[in-house]
Amino acid sequence: MSYDVAIIGAGVVGCAIFRRLALGGAKAILIEKGADILSGASKGNSAMLHTGYDGALDTLELACVRAGYAEYREIHRHLNLPLLETGGLLVAWNEAEAARLPAIVEHAHRTGLADVHLIDATELRRREPQLAPAAQAAVVIPGEHIIDPWSPPLAYALQGIAHGGEVRRRTAVTGGERTSAGWRLATSTGPIEARVVVNAAGNFGDLVEAIARPSPFRITPRKGQFVVFDKPAARLVRSSILPVPTERTKGVMVVRTAFGNLIVGPTAEDQEDRAEAAADEGQLRTLIDKAIRMLPALAGDTVTAAYAGLRPATEFKDYQIEALPDRAWITVAGIRSTGLTGSLGIARHVSGLYSQNFGGLADNPTPIWTPVPNLAEHSPRPHQQPGYGEIVCHCELVTRTEIEAALAGPLPAGDLGGLKRRTRCMMGRCQGFYCSARVAELAAGRLPDLPVRSAA
Amino acid sequence: MTAHDVVIVGGGPAGLSAARRLAVSGIRDVIVLERESEAGGIPRHCGHTGFGLGQFLALPMRGPAYARRLVEATHGIEIRTRTTVTGIEPGGRVHVTHPDSGPAVVSGRCVLLATGVRETPRSARLVSGTRPWGVTTTGALQQFVYLTRTKPFSRAVVVGTELVSFSALLTARHAGIEIAAMLEEGERITARRPGDWIARHVLGVPVLTGTRLVAIRGLDKVAAVEIERGGRRETIACDGVVFTGRFQPETAILKSGHIALDPGTGGPAIDQYFRCSDLQFFAAGNLLRPVETSGLCWAEGRVVAANMILSLKNRLPEATPAVPITHTAPLKYVYPQRFTAQMGVAGAPPLRARVSRAARGRLRLLVDGRELWSHRVNLLPERRITIPSDRLPPVGAQSIHVELIED
Repeated sequence: MSYDVAIIGAGVVGCAIFRRLALGGAKAILIEKGADILSGASKGNSAMLHTGYDGALDTLELACVRAGYAEYREIHRHLNLPLLETGGLLVAWNEAEAARLPAIVEHAHRTGLADVHLIDATELRRREPQLAPAAQAAVVIPGEHIIDPWSPPLAYALQGIAHGGEVRRRTAVTGGERTSAGWRLATSTGPIEARVVVNAAGNFGDLVEAIARPSPFRITPRKGQFVVFDKPAARLVRSSILPVPTERTKGVMVVRTAFGNLIVGPTAEDQEDRAEAAADEGQLRTLIDKAIRMLPALAGDTVTAAYAGLRPATEFKDYQIEALPDRAWITVAGIRSTGLTGSLGIARHVSGLYSQNFGGLADNPTPIWTPVPNLAEHSPRPHQQPGYGEIVCHCELVTRTEIEAALAGPLPAGDLGGLKRRTRCMMGRCQGFYCSARVAELAAGRLPDLPVRSAA
Repeated sequence: MTAHDVVIVGGGPAGLSAARRLAVSGIRDVIVLERESEAGGIPRHCGHTGFGLGQFLALPMRGPAYARRLVEATHGIEIRTRTTVTGIEPGGRVHVTHPDSGPAVVSGRCVLLATGVRETPRSARLVSGTRPWGVTTTGALQQFVYLTRTKPFSRAVVVGTELVSFSALLTARHAGIEIAAMLEEGERITARRPGDWIARHVLGVPVLTGTRLVAIRGLDKVAAVEIERGGRRETIACDGVVFTGRFQPETAILKSGHIALDPGTGGPAIDQYFRCSDLQFFAAGNLLRPVETSGLCWAEGRVVAANMILSLKNRLPEATPAVPITHTAPLKYVYPQRFTAQMGVAGAPPLRARVSRAARGRLRLLVDGRELWSHRVNLLPERRITIPSDRLPPVGAQSIHVELIED
């Protein structure tokens, strides 16, 4: 079996490229070494639909973020994807920060966001009465919204499958050789032949790039830790509370989630390890302290979870995306922190590169839509309709029908993490105190790695 | 919407005991809402013995047998299983959902909240390290072993030495899970001695006091834990970690609602009649505080039912004026959190308290700054402290305070 295009890496970027190329009529295969899609960088992020208000002008990143933002708004209803319209408030906590706000507004205007504007302390207090008194002023970014990190890539992958694509998981690409037709990739599950290869390998991008050429960039994973507060904390803010950014990162923000929680994060810590996103107690406590300084009323609220993600940073600020026509290869690397929003824009850009260099893609006027189950709290969920079987996860009100659906279909959960990302089971305040045994029972025989044996 | 005399949220020892007491008194328009497929509460998951002492005229029972006795004892009161409460509202309104019929609203002239407790999972304890499969709580381990008859791992480290931690040891032994070590940050175990002696000599488990869990290692499955004892780091190979105890009241249905919570207990604040800040709502059992025995929860259920019967007859005293009960460190909490200033027709329960660390000295109960009662005590965390309330509340009192004068 030979494919037009093999995409290496089923993170959000790989899934979006897979979708776009399959929609364009290419015979596509998406290859993932993990047990499920989103096994790497894409599983832990802040879930923001980002306007690009702070994006560097004339960069590919900004262009992709803008295009991705627009396309998400256009397609999210067709795919049943959430959009929690919170808007963002970039808050200055001292005079030095306040002095920098006008420049931030001006920059946002130059990126084309005419609705970004300043508000004073009084107006800020009116909008967000729970913010600490130190808040001096803020920049309003009306379009800065919240989505969910897991269902969009799943919907993209499913739509790609509906258009003839194939997803192969638990398949690590170990090498490759050029053939007259393109590439024969060596993988842990046998060779895969394709005319063109797209490297969307995230934290392993430079290692995969070395199959085609000496990698011109080096990935240094940047760890971002987040703390998740229990749902009642979400009452404390309406907008996403953003910090005045520094050179290195956007800084620590306090944002609601589509699941009804409040998160604070991320940290930004460079590390060598590409797979292990370990949490650190000291850093988590620092995040909690920062959040309480911004929102004093948070002091009495409980923490539901903590997680860490790895962002594939390179030594370059911009995305590293290029087509290598003589190598039948497209590089998509260094998608650091805007990948969730940028992915649809990146996919459009890659589709353009593909058309230019490797042959035309059709524009499908009547795509097949593959809506995914809703995970967001602000839209109806299955427990609100009769016939849901049973509630398995009491914290997140996840039903048996949802779990069974996630274990079936064209792209069933590949491991427990995948099941959690598809349903939210075990992700609530009790973290499996009540449901982990029942979930394991329902998943028995369908999630091969679940290490459960019969009790003596 | 269907209206009832009493709606009981939670079919564990407290809720079922209240149901029984109501039934015996002839109040039969009562429903118990239970989210599991069977009522009985946490004892259902506890395969070991020790339940029901002094409660039923019987030898101590295993948890599931005890749970069945609790259900049988309700004399036919309607228990709606598989019914999840999604929220409560003023007016005694309770939002529920059921797999077959979907969402609905029921209301009670009185509503008893008896949703119990859960253990604090790893994530809320902010433990460093990765998030692999194989990290559970005692409750989750019990469900694996006793309800679904599976064995989630084969060699585990148990974190904590509360009473429930020893229940985790017994559960592990039942499933053939080896316990690599039991960790305790303090210098002595939290549960009563000789728990550690039994662990060491009967179950063969190393009990490491003065030991802190530093991090969990392993990508997909737990590979090891790092611990720190006596300033030195050590690694223990294991494929499971069981976080035990640090119980928290299960207040999920309350937090977005209108019932005042006590930051000390984490549960609803009550007066001596077990009334919440909304007087139509009562609370009993471990929702009130972490954590008491099933026997005490059962006893509370009986008392709160008697109070609800009085309330249905409009015979409970007015709620105001109420005198708040304050406390100072090292006391972690005292409940009831307020005393309604009128002495009612029913007797008041004693004040109950806990300390956050070991302490000894003189425990005092002060009313308007005057000592009403005092007692020499030697207190340990997670041990019940009982303060007699038979002389409370004095008419016209402004303040009630509990303090420990340490030696």
